[in-house]
This record gives sequence, structure tokens and C-alpha cells, in this order.
Amino acid sequence: MTGRRLPRVGVLALQGGFDAHVRALARLGVEAPEIRHPHQLDALDGLVLPGGESTTLLKLMEHEPRWWHALPAFHQRRGVLFGTCAGVILLARKVSHPEQRSLGLLDVDVDRNAYGRQLVSCEVPGSWTDGRSLEMVFIRAPRITRTGDGLEVLARHEGDPVLVRQGTVLAATFHPELTADGGVHELFLAMSAGASNRSEAGHESAVPDAISVCAEASHSEGSRVGASRPDGAPSG
Amino acid sequence: MMDTQKTGTLRVKSGLAEMLKGGVIMDVTDVEQAKIAEDAGAVAVMALERVPSDIRRDGGVARMSHPTMIREIMKAVSIPVMAKCRIGHFVEAQILQSLGVDYIDESEVLTPADEANHIDKFDFDVPVVCGARDLGEALRRIGEGAALMRTKGEAGTGNIVEAVRHMRAIMGGIRRLTTLDSGELMAEAKNLGAPFDLVRWVAENGKLPVPNFSAGGIATPADAALVMQLGAESVFVGSGIFKSADPPRHARAIVKAATHFREPEILADVSAEIGEAMPGLEIDKLAPEELLAGRGW
Repeated sequence: MTGRRLPRVGVLALQGGFDAHVRALARLGVEAPEIRHPHQLDALDGLVLPGGESTTLLKLMEHEPRWWHALPAFHQRRGVLFGTCAGVILLARKVSHPEQRSLGLLDVDVDRNAYGRQLVSCEVPGSWTDGRSLEMVFIRAPRITRTGDGLEVLARHEGDPVLVRQGTVLAATFHPELTADGGVHELFLAMSAGASNRSEAGHESAVPDAISVCAEASHSEGSRVGASRPDGAPSG
Repeated sequence: MMDTQKTGTLRVKSGLAEMLKGGVIMDVTDVEQAKIAEDAGAVAVMALERVPSDIRRDGGVARMSHPTMIREIMKAVSIPVMAKCRIGHFVEAQILQSLGVDYIDESEVLTPADEANHIDKFDFDVPVVCGARDLGEALRRIGEGAALMRTKGEAGTGNIVEAVRHMRAIMGGIRRLTTLDSGELMAEAKNLGAPFDLVRWVAENGKLPVPNFSAGGIATPADAALVMQLGAESVFVGSGIFKSADPPRHARAIVKAATHFREPEILADVSAEIGEAMPGLEIDKLAPEELLAGRGW
């Protein structure tokens, strides 16, 4: 890591799967603080919005209305947001079943609990759209029912997009933090390293640096999708 | 793709518990209470006919709740719904699984159906949570397939002392295991009455292999924060909410306390917002047969 600092990433810890994300990032050699207050975002390049109960997360964010300003502001300054499961619901443009408030920072519509209750929660040996294998664990998962233009679909399951990326927002309806497959977290770190180097250099375009940081951190395969590939998303 | 999909694995079962961390699971007895709990920010509700303090008052045999009541609550809220079966009553567990509840609590709050055996929880695709008073008991339940542990505490008393005793016993037991030489682990497994492989896993990892929550006597935001600072990753609140003076407000306060359990200023604020907590019972004043934590082993 000579001369280049690791991305500063944290995990939103109001409620939910924050502990599993902290452990997943620790396995990649990154210490991620638990974030419980909006002002803590100032010190970060990337933030994980973990799974959990989205209604609970919303209630806690209503208790502290500054979140509704702080998260869009973090996004505005090119901070990287990585949502899993309930985190995707928070990031979505529109949420149904039931309808609820969301941040609208990711151009997707989401149907909460669309697949069913805990009995249908499952593990799947899935794959990235480029064919590499990707372990997926779905827990009372939401379903992405619409994806906006210019949004990359990085993985699908039974035809539905389950891992998508739009600019500095990464979103998985499954739980990569519950598997030993570090690929999705590596991508998040690579994106955050991009944000880190941008903020340090004061300009954008540090993506190659970001990828090399990540490649040093672990095997390089997982970070290849980190490069911008507007043509990479299959249509559908 | 469908045939490679695996449901009911321990990872999927404990995975749901991971998503419930930093939260409050609330006992509710009807749809109205379930909606109050969801609206206050509960991560899940436990559907049961009577909260533990009423079970304690009424006496008699306490059984699994009526399926119609459980179904109504499942329909009314979008958060996970849990329900209790009696210790060892695997048919009640089969029924709860067929109803599609998200978690089953094999609970000492109900009257045990089997005094020798707990349920083989690997038999079920729905995850099962069990109570424990110490590390040995926790590892026996995990050995049977429990995907989540909680302290037993002493339900329905509004008295935190037993939940604290049990959480300290579990966490202290874990810390002790991490200090032992590998050659000492079999003797310790014998002392604990716990499966050796799990004893070794805990010694190596310094935590339980499944999440560890607290239950049994949590009545205030300070109680919730206390057990969380002692190591609980979430709290079950039974009688503590709907036996308080102002349940919605009380519920919201405990939800905030579970998130900010290490921040005394916030705990002071939320404690100031609530009315009177449920009346508490002294454990010493209860007859031995009135104690619920001794049910199961």
C-alpha cells in the first residue's frame, strides 16, 4: 500500500447486519467503524447500509432527521454507498409492499419481501454477469422490479437483477457479508479507494489507482468489475 | 438453478438473526399491539396469547398460541413474526413452521412438554431460538441446531437480575474458554456438559457460533442497554412494553436505547421521555415452582 491510503469505510449501525459487514471487511484487512451519527460520515469515503428491518431503520432515521440530509450530501460529494437487502430498500427510488419513504439515490424500484418469508430464504451458488462464481445468501429478500437507464447489472438470479451499480452506489439484494466470498466487498473497497484518491488529489479519475489498491488487498479477479464498463451490463 | 438452491441451512437461519441485531423483538398479543410494535421500530414481533407476566398470574398450562391469531399478526405487519412452542413439543414446532412464521422460540415461558429432551432443531427449515442460563446450556442448544441464543432471564418479572446473571455466565464462560490450553478443552467440555467441537470452536473464536440476544426481565431502556453492554446483540422485551404506562412511547424509547446502548446522554434523553415501567417482582419472593428459568436444561 506504499504511499496510498486505504479507503476509509464505515458501516451504518443503527440496526441490522452491521456486525457481519464489519467482520467481512476485517477479513479483507480493513477496519470499519460502526456509524451511528450523521457527523461521522465526514471522515468516510464509503459507507455500508446493511440489511436489517427497513421499517426499523426508517424509524431510527426519523428520530434523527439529519440522516435525510447527511446521506444525500455524502452521495453528492461522491462518497460511495453500498446497500445490502434493507439497505437497497433505503437507497431505492420507489418502494412497494408496503410503500415507504426512501432516499432515492439509486434508480431502481423495489418490492419489499417479494419472494416470501424466512422459509424461502436460501443460499445460491450464483455468478457475476461475466461468469465468475458468486455465492449468494438471500434472507427475506427484496426484489428489484425496475432498473433505470445507465445502471449496470453485475449479477442476476433467476432473471432478476440482484447486484447493481450506478455511479458511486453499489447495491445487493443478497448478503455477501454472510459468505466467505469477498468479491463484492472488494468491489466496494475499490470504489471507495477511488473516492479516497479523488478527495486527496482534488480531482476525479483515480480509478486505476483504486483497482491496484484492491488488487494488493486480495485476488484481483473481484475488482475487475470495479472498472467502469458502460457496455458491461446485459440488457433485459 | 432451482435444484442448487438450499433453504433452511444454518447460515440462512442464523443469517436472519444477524439482520435482527441492534434491535428489539417485542411480545404482542393481538394485531393492534403488533402494529404499535412495528410502528415503534421493533425488528420483529413475538406473537403469543398472553405476555409472560399474565401467564405467571394466571397459572395453568401455557401452550402454543392459536394459529388464527398468529396468522392475523403475520398478515398485519411486514416485519418478521416469531412464535413460541413448548420445550420438546416438536409437533407445535411443526405447526408453527407450516404457518410460515419466521422464527420459532422453544420457550421456557410455556409449560414444558418434555422434561428430558429439547427439540431436534436441525429437523426444521424455520430457525429456532432457545434460552440459556450459562455457556454449557447455550452450547447444548446450539448442538441441537438452535440458530440463535438468548438469555432466559426470568420472564414476566420486570426484574433484570436474572438476565444479567445469565449473560455474565455466558460471556464469562466464553472468556474463560479462550484462556485454556487446547489440552484442557475436553475436560472443560465435560464440565460444561457441552459438545466438544462447539467448545473448541468457542475457544478459538471467542464468541458463540450463533448470535446471542437477551431476554427475561427487560423493562426499561437502561435495562436494554445494560444487557447489551454486557454482550447481548439484541433484546427481547416481553411484558415490559405492553405492561408499561405508555406502550408506544416505551417501545420507541427501548428501540433507541438498543441502537445507542453505549451513549449515556441519549439513554438519559429516552429515559426521560417514558412514563412508568411495568411493576417489578423480586425473584426471592417467588416460590421455586414459579421460576421459569429452571425449565429445560
